[in-house]
Amino acid sequence: MAGKKILMCGNDACGEGAVMAGCTFYAGYPITPQNELTAYMAKRMVEINGTFIQAESETAAINMVFGAAVAGARAMTSSSSPGVSLKQEGISYLAACELPCVIVNIQRGGPGLGNIAPAQGDYFQSVKGGGHGDYKVIVLAPSSVQELLEHTFTAFNLADKYRNPALILGDGLLGQMMEPVELEGRRQILKVEKPWTLTGCKGRAPNVIKSLLLGDGALEEHNKKLQAKYNTIKATEVRAQSFNIADSDLILVAYGSVARTAKAAMSKARAKGLKVGLVRPITLWPFPAKLLEEAAGRTKKFLVVEMSAGQMVEDVMLSVKGKAEVDFYGRMGGGIPTEEEIMEKIEALI
Amino acid sequence: MAKEKKAIIETIPRSMRDAETHYCAGCGHGIVHRLVCEVVDELGIRDKTIAVAPVGCAVLAYDYWDFDVTEAAHGRTPAVATGIKRVRPNNIVFTYQGDGDLAAIGTAEIIHAANRGENITVIFVNNGVYGMTGGQMAPTTLAGQKTATTLSGRNLRREGYPIKILEMLAVLPGVKYLERVSVHSAQDVLRAKRAIKKSFKTQVDNKGFSMIEVLSMCPTYWGLTPIQSVDRIKGEMSNYYPIGVVKSY
Ligand SMILES: Cc1ncc(C[n+]2csc(CCOP(=O)(O)OP(=O)(O)O)c2C)c(N)n1
Repeated sequence: MAGKKILMCGNDACGEGAVMAGCTFYAGYPITPQNELTAYMAKRMVEINGTFIQAESETAAINMVFGAAVAGARAMTSSSSPGVSLKQEGISYLAACELPCVIVNIQRGGPGLGNIAPAQGDYFQSVKGGGHGDYKVIVLAPSSVQELLEHTFTAFNLADKYRNPALILGDGLLGQMMEPVELEGRRQILKVEKPWTLTGCKGRAPNVIKSLLLGDGALEEHNKKLQAKYNTIKATEVRAQSFNIADSDLILVAYGSVARTAKAAMSKARAKGLKVGLVRPITLWPFPAKLLEEAAGRTKKFLVVEMSAGQMVEDVMLSVKGKAEVDFYGRMGGGIPTEEEIMEKIEALI
Repeated sequence: MAKEKKAIIETIPRSMRDAETHYCAGCGHGIVHRLVCEVVDELGIRDKTIAVAPVGCAVLAYDYWDFDVTEAAHGRTPAVATGIKRVRPNNIVFTYQGDGDLAAIGTAEIIHAANRGENITVIFVNNGVYGMTGGQMAPTTLAGQKTATTLSGRNLRREGYPIKILEMLAVLPGVKYLERVSVHSAQDVLRAKRAIKKSFKTQVDNKGFSMIEVLSMCPTYWGLTPIQSVDRIKGEMSNYYPIGVVKSY
């Protein structure tokens, strides 16, 4: 049943997912640990007769993507933490103008130049806005090389479906590790009409893409429209996995690569007779708040594990609304929580 | 009255909307907008033109141009144009930028779009100040010029020298056509139109990057009357920024 698998690194798989989704435009600026992705797109865009631009900066790259989206292409840019900070103004404009695109952040240790080790310190930046103004970006958090491919593919569909930027939040571990990947699969490109694109006004009235709204109340109206769209996304697109949450005394919550370590710790704990479950948010925005709130009714404690000082933990707290205790274990600056460390914490809590 | 209005409308280029602009009395932006529209009409490219409007006084250009227009973040105008042109090489793509947009915050984007030889047209309106934000110093502000942020005049030791962008870009092999023009006299307006037309033609003929710098009046933030502003371009401004072709093919 299973198709042929090939060994790929996460960054390459992400690029291939984009190509499969019909991405024909990529602009990026080199930064570790996502360099393989930029190089992969340099190769693949030439092969498929698309556009690859090594931009002069991440700022330029996101604005080239803005232009490509304006012109109707499926477009992508990728970077790692410091570079994604530079893209934030552009992301705000893309969201404001309701332009679909995919942004990939293969996170590294921060703040500042930090290091090139895996980290999850950009959660707030990704899900809370990052740039200026009231806007949201759809955030998907893959936890394997295969998922980097699948979620990137899905991100393009979601971006087009909602005319909104979508972001893949990975980390250096996912980007650089190699795993077997199945390329074949039943993936379907969502075809949407884009009558708003700028193509030249032949046979129609001119189109305008803008985010400046000076008329009395016009910007508030626009914001209301955006919020209504975000509410639809919240109601429709939440994705998460859960394991053993029906009978748990403690539920782990983790996303991305850390979710795999957390899952291993859960299995070890179960083998020892400890009732441990796991919730793994796949969409970080929209966040699986309902799932967690419901789980809160059936468990005593949550343990959130992150490669950060504690960012997603705040959303977990907001979701469970005080119905259960929420604890946290995190490592920062490129430190990776180990199975043993998580086990220790579990045993201390149960 | 109605007849008079009709006569005026008949002279409005097809590519221009019948709208009153928000520009101050004596401002050059309206003239440059119109020249672009006349050229677009004469080249018959209205239905394939895509404009990138800047953040600056000209941000509302889409209210005056009757073809496809997108806004860009401040200074990122050439990057946005690059994205559009690469996706739609058969469309005619131009940016319209002020001196803050192009020569300060967007310096990297203009240099690299030029250096890549992007087949786009750039209309660069040099009025020597930041109009939209209240008349602060621009990189192109002349020595001694008083602005909201150079109260006693631009001091070259403190604020550096006014930038000659065309001369900087001229050394790049990807750049095909550069000309500096002005809109301070009827003769100069005609010359500006010829230059803008050549720049669009450069793109139509797939020759590569071209840019027209237009010296333009800003009476409001120069603290001068419209007439004095015209004289200032004729004198001091065109002395420092010589009118003429900087690079051609
Ligand atoms: C990132 C950012 N910084 C600053 C501004 C504020 N701002 C708007 S227009 C402008 C300068 C405009 O000057 P110029 O480009 O010379 O055009 P003009 O208004 O004179 O036509 C500035 C600084 C902004 N909108 N965005």
